[in-house]
Amino acid sequence: MDNFGSDFPSGSSGKMDTGTIMEQVKVQIAVANAQELLQRMTDKCFKKCIGKPGSTLDNSEQKCIAMCMDRYMDAWNTVSRTYNSRLQRERARI
Amino acid sequence: MDNQGVTADPQLQQFIEIESQKQRFQQLVHQMTEVCWEKCMDKPGPKLDSRTEVCFVNCVERFIDTSQFILNRLEQTQRSKTSFTETMTE
Repeated sequence: MDNFGSDFPSGSSGKMDTGTIMEQVKVQIAVANAQELLQRMTDKCFKKCIGKPGSTLDNSEQKCIAMCMDRYMDAWNTVSRTYNSRLQRERARI
Repeated sequence: MDNQGVTADPQLQQFIEIESQKQRFQQLVHQMTEVCWEKCMDKPGPKLDSRTEVCFVNCVERFIDTSQFILNRLEQTQRSKTSFTETMTE
């Protein structure tokens, strides 16, 4: 997300309306989050599923990675829910 | 619109604040998922069993407790000593 400016079409006037900016920023944020999730998931699942790297990804490794991906998503959702509930509880105290 | 630049727009200001807050939340979820995965996940199975799920829930709660504990204790240390930064640079 560092080449922020170059991703926005500015046209000849150099001005963009607020709505367009907001929509494009939301998209870029979503993309960045998906990339982050994928990166961490790949890291964790590689560690769990690949022992000594062979010349290909064998069937058991592929099955493991597939399961690992689903479990990582389950974990992510659980963490998100739990954190959200905790925040609500904290706010209710104040 | 005037030419004061994009940050003069209150709608955009609010948008930035809301999105920033959402991002802080997302980042912490990413971080806690990673940390708690190390603590709670043995071998990935066909589903998340209840014991593992409980571990994740506890992990998130304890992580936040830890964070609050550290902040509180830091605050106490700052109050009892003259200056935290003086203490740090001694």
